[in-house]
Amino acid sequence: MRERKNQYSARSTMRWLADHLATALAVLATILVIAPLVAIFVYLIYKGASSLNLAFFTQIPKPVGEPGGGMANAIVGSAVLLAIASLIGVPIGIGGGIYLAEFGRGTKLANAVRFTADVLNGVPSIVMGIAVYSLIVVPQGHFSAFSGGVGLGIMMIPTVTRTTEEMLLMVPNAVREAALGLGVPNWRSVLSITLKTASPGVITGCMLAFARVAGETAPLIFTAFGNQFWSVSLNQPIAALPLQIYVYAISPYDEWHRLAWAGALVLIILIVLAVSLVRYVASRGILKGAS
Amino acid sequence: MSEIRIPKLETAAPPKMETASAVSSSAAAQSSSTPASEIRRFLHSRGNSAIADRAFSGLMLTCALSIFGIVILIATELVLRSQLSWHKFGLAFFYKFNVDPDTHLPTFWDPVSGTFYALPFLYGTLISSLVALVIAVPLAIGVAIFLTEMCPKFLRGPLGFVTELLAAIPSVVYGLWAVFVLVPLLREHINPVFMSVFNNPAVVKLFGWTGLVGDTGLFGGSNYGLGMLAAGTILAIMILPIISSLTREVMNAVPNSQREAVLALGATRWEMIRMGVLRNARIGIVGSVILGLGRALGETMAVAMVIGNRPEIQKSLLSLGYSMASVIANEFSEASDNLYLSALIEIGLALFIVTIIVNALARVLVWAVTRGTPARVQ
Repeated sequence: MRERKNQYSARSTMRWLADHLATALAVLATILVIAPLVAIFVYLIYKGASSLNLAFFTQIPKPVGEPGGGMANAIVGSAVLLAIASLIGVPIGIGGGIYLAEFGRGTKLANAVRFTADVLNGVPSIVMGIAVYSLIVVPQGHFSAFSGGVGLGIMMIPTVTRTTEEMLLMVPNAVREAALGLGVPNWRSVLSITLKTASPGVITGCMLAFARVAGETAPLIFTAFGNQFWSVSLNQPIAALPLQIYVYAISPYDEWHRLAWAGALVLIILIVLAVSLVRYVASRGILKGAS
Repeated sequence: MSEIRIPKLETAAPPKMETASAVSSSAAAQSSSTPASEIRRFLHSRGNSAIADRAFSGLMLTCALSIFGIVILIATELVLRSQLSWHKFGLAFFYKFNVDPDTHLPTFWDPVSGTFYALPFLYGTLISSLVALVIAVPLAIGVAIFLTEMCPKFLRGPLGFVTELLAAIPSVVYGLWAVFVLVPLLREHINPVFMSVFNNPAVVKLFGWTGLVGDTGLFGGSNYGLGMLAAGTILAIMILPIISSLTREVMNAVPNSQREAVLALGATRWEMIRMGVLRNARIGIVGSVILGLGRALGETMAVAMVIGNRPEIQKSLLSLGYSMASVIANEFSEASDNLYLSALIEIGLALFIVTIIVNALARVLVWAVTRGTPARVQ
């Protein structure tokens, strides 16, 4: 490079400079992007680990002013909400994905469904919250765990549909033809052959959707509402980890801030585990059967 | 494939189109020994799977159509429940305000007196998203360029993973971090720098005519740390991974022959990126930026925690504001009367329509580049 710089005209020097400037800027941009991530993680671990103890997982929140207390009810509440959400989101999402990949391939309807799913993915979660509030909370007359779960479940559907479709499309046609050639009914072939072949990929897609809604707060504020006490009833307001973090973070009490950090650390660990698992499975090859 | 269980069937039963060849060959083999009617009777006695197949595909179709159902359901609920506010205020909801007769200050949002005009929320959402785009777009494109064109192979995987992780962090954790780390940082270190530059007498003298500097400019007023700039910064961090991963996808879709052609003409690497890659990918990059904008417009929790939650319109980026999503999050569960609730739902409806349009536009643009057609030669 140095030789070239001497050899050619000033214009060439400018080009050399521009090239290196661009490289430097791209590297700088990458560093600037990674910096906040590192900052967030370091801070989370630093703040969260120091306040994480057994009580956090076993006790319910104490009233303001009393030290200690935990988020056991919020962890259980999140589990209940996510169970409802998965019961709704996973079957419907996989069904939609099967339709897109197996039955509607190339049709206008399938394209429209795919497009709508992508657009629905970008609709703010708070809007989903309003819709579920007017659909379930208003007729019922009170906040409930069930409505929160439905809200999260609806949010899972587009993600699960799209990933299922993508995974099913990766199953080679020869597998389908072999099943049909043996006289297996089409529905049976889709469920036990195609879907089973693609199952690791489909499961990772579901985990991804799961991880996404696990951290959602906005749709829960006026559906699940949050609860300071033990409750696993589907008909009552229920606590949720992200909701509790939010309430504690905007409170003026140091003790609650501490718990918020601990809660955030737990939430992040769960999500990072899910994402890493997804990444690991994806890198191992999505389909175990087909090669 | 060994573990896949094939259901035991004695004959090839389903008379499906896909299996036509298999069925006809086995039928032909049998028809030599038995009359055709007997085979037909046998197949009938086994039942055929047409009914089950049709039911199954119908069920799957229902699942797929449920996505349309959700969109329609959301839209109708929002429209129906916002009727009250729509009838009371009409379109003026989005641009009017009352002026206080004593102080001559505008009043936009006062639940006590029943004044509900959404202008400050539109303004807050728009400005915070614009600040986010100004910060995020150059960085995201820089990262995408680095990862697709310059990065050594061994770094590509980990760095891609890290940007993916940024996308997986929940909004409320970003908010928590912003409240306790970003806001103090802005208040103590970054805002004073901006203020000293923008409010410098010499700068004011030179650029005072633009209205962007001095006490009434972009960095005038008091420095709380919270406010538009804080909201824009945290939004930028949140939308970065979305923009950069989509931009990467778009840039990867540019065929290598384009790069090779430009390099063969003696271009430097940067010229190759500029002429061979960015120019071919620009529509998709615009699409990914718009998609990031869509995310920023609808982002709720992190913004609600740092924007300051004050329904006012001020030019300064340091001033407290409010956004459409965060006003819904903060006030929805305490909205006491129907008009208040209806006004909040109307804001939600506006947000829904805007994000649908923005997302649809972005998807079309990204799809235009990544759909597999070779990039156009400029």
